[in-house]
Amino acid sequence: MQKWRATCRLLLNSYSSKSRFDHPPSNPISDHSTTISRSSSGFESWTSRIHYRHFATAMIQRNPSFSTLNSDDINHFKGILGDKNVIEDEDTLLFANTDWMRKYKGSSKLLLQPRTTQEVSEVLKYCNSRRLAVVPQGGNTGLVGGSVPVFDEVIINVGSMKQVISFDKVSGVLVCEAGCILENLVSFLDNQGFIMPLDLGAKGSCQIGGNVSTNAGGLRLVRYGSLHGTVLGIEAVLANGDVLDMLGTLRKDNTGYDLKHLFIGSEGSLGIVTKVSILTPPKLSSVNLAFLACKDYSSCQKLLFEAKRRLGEILSAFEFLDNESLNLALNHLEGVRNPLPPAMHNFYVLIETTGSDESYDKEKLEAFLLRSMEDGLISDGVIAQDINQASSFWRIREGVPEALMKAGAVYKYDLSLPVETMYNLVEEMRTILGNSAKVIGYGHLGDGNLHLNISTPQYDDAILAQIEPFVYEWTSKQRGSISAEHGLGLMKANKIFYSKSHETVQLMASIKKLMDPNGILNPYKVLPYSIVSYI
Amino acid sequence: MKIMVAVKRVIDYAVKIRVKPDKTGVETQNVKMSMNPFCEIALEEALRIKEGGMASEVVAVSMGPAQCVDTLRTGLAMGADRAIHVDATGPLYPLSVAKLFKALVELEKPGLLILGKQAIDDDCNQTGQMVAGLLGWPQGTFASKVVLDKEKQLATVDREVDGGLETLCMDLPAVITTDLRLNQPRYATLPNIMKAKSKVIKKYTPQELNIEIKSDLEVLQVTEPPKRKAGVIVSSVDELIDKLKNEAHVI
Repeated sequence: MQKWRATCRLLLNSYSSKSRFDHPPSNPISDHSTTISRSSSGFESWTSRIHYRHFATAMIQRNPSFSTLNSDDINHFKGILGDKNVIEDEDTLLFANTDWMRKYKGSSKLLLQPRTTQEVSEVLKYCNSRRLAVVPQGGNTGLVGGSVPVFDEVIINVGSMKQVISFDKVSGVLVCEAGCILENLVSFLDNQGFIMPLDLGAKGSCQIGGNVSTNAGGLRLVRYGSLHGTVLGIEAVLANGDVLDMLGTLRKDNTGYDLKHLFIGSEGSLGIVTKVSILTPPKLSSVNLAFLACKDYSSCQKLLFEAKRRLGEILSAFEFLDNESLNLALNHLEGVRNPLPPAMHNFYVLIETTGSDESYDKEKLEAFLLRSMEDGLISDGVIAQDINQASSFWRIREGVPEALMKAGAVYKYDLSLPVETMYNLVEEMRTILGNSAKVIGYGHLGDGNLHLNISTPQYDDAILAQIEPFVYEWTSKQRGSISAEHGLGLMKANKIFYSKSHETVQLMASIKKLMDPNGILNPYKVLPYSIVSYI
Repeated sequence: MKIMVAVKRVIDYAVKIRVKPDKTGVETQNVKMSMNPFCEIALEEALRIKEGGMASEVVAVSMGPAQCVDTLRTGLAMGADRAIHVDATGPLYPLSVAKLFKALVELEKPGLLILGKQAIDDDCNQTGQMVAGLLGWPQGTFASKVVLDKEKQLATVDREVDGGLETLCMDLPAVITTDLRLNQPRYATLPNIMKAKSKVIKKYTPQELNIEIKSDLEVLQVTEPPKRKAGVIVSSVDELIDKLKNEAHVI
């Protein structure tokens, strides 16, 4: 987890120290991608090629009905937030304007850091009255360009709102502000004997407000379910500045329409989440982790089937990665070694169990694994004997996205597909692209979620043309989701029809119009531009 | 040659420790326990020596309550051939452990006794040295490299000392305690875990070994270190001098 933070800091440092590229023109109709090479100082001398691409998928124009910032606006914001929290400094803005994958870069000139819900409300009220577009931002770890500006939208970063407001030791209900970093919440809860119901590789930087706004999934969804189930309440600020206090801490409350669900997963387009109340599960003492090798994908599937039956209630994670993913992780990550004795395996599976009785769980897991081995489902495997070993297994799986970033450019797809046919897509993609790119597949097999990644030395539109719309059409034919957990953001803003019907999207647009008539909240994202009219 | 390896069951290295409210010790209920990391390294070294053909058998030994058997199973899963559990409840201080090892060594007659340099719960760093003293055997402690010469029955040990590395050569039988950089322990693979189920764990009690466990040590109190106070940003040099003089009393 620390390595994730270190990587982010590395990016920040390399941005602030040797920034040499120009601001891209704010009219992104141009269709080229630029690559800049630079090496980062101090750290191991890997050369990071920074790519930013102008979204060549469709011509987006800056909505002319949005106003442009002027000095009166800046002064007004300074009046609300204080000078320190109104940032125009170019270096900081550069970091806030660019997403984690370095694929999307906006040209915002202003970053605001409110400290209270009241401040967020006043800022939004003003922006709405002035018709200034805004981007709500948290940890900026999103993978679909949803957390950075497209043009000159004002960035409202809630990172300064990081208080834990209350925690009920009996019920496990945690109430905190949206800017709390997930890992910090995990540490806090650890002292109380609880854990967060979600866990993802970005935990060192991602914030709970962003997690909720994007309905983040992660590694433990198979056990604890999605945020739609674990979030009990939300406080959000609407586009016109109205504060919606739905911060209940009740497990059951059937009074009226449950509006908090609108904010979970709408990626900041319906309101800015400022506080979250979430139900946290008790920390169970017995955690076991096994790293297994399977010879083919159908063994992985059968293993999942068996695991759900034999491990039942103690199963807490079921992840898979293919051989290419493992090699990528071993080659590009530091301090990572193959847990298994060297041999050619095709697939790897991580199974985690969490329960309250150490010896019972261990016996159950061992019995299940030995039986699976006898049945030929597993060709080899190791069980972690202590927490350090478990962390090193997780490091491999959680580090694949990081390894991909180090390997060059990456086209990332996050798909929900039927488990039986999931890997066929990876193989077909491999056949189509041949030697021009490395295709890897890994993901939350337990949830039917494939992370398809295509790694190339540089971004190349010719390769992109072979990937899209093939991947989306393939997914659509399987009635899958073109975005299982990453969200639509900017990357898939026009792709929603692959997974949702026209009528459904129409209703979404109506709701957006109702809640944000001026369209200032995170524009150009989530819903197709053609559907949402801003006039 | 037989190698005997000491493994201790301790609170997992990655766990956040809490002191018991009555300050008699550390909270161990519902806390994950694992093999002491230095003991893992000791066992790994023994296994490598055996795989290199220098030894015929690796015996893992643990002392304590019944749950020590779990740690021994891990040792067997890593590759030890058999295990010995000395069943003793109550606190076991290094001298008692050393005396118990002397008794076991006289029974089993290993050519090499490898231990971790210290346990991460008490940080004593005494057992290995005491056993060597009781047995009259040479000792190579804080080993970062071990090379055996089977013919001459010698062990050459590189030790990590404050000033750098010291290389010692000693006759076998000898006691070696392992330091962090000696090796990277292997993981317990499923086939080995399966084999481990049929390996033997022999139980002894201190009475059977004719050792009386008595301790000259008594733990009076266990407390957390004082919390580090937050730093203060001073606004001027004068304020700094004032604080150094009147608060920190260093000038």
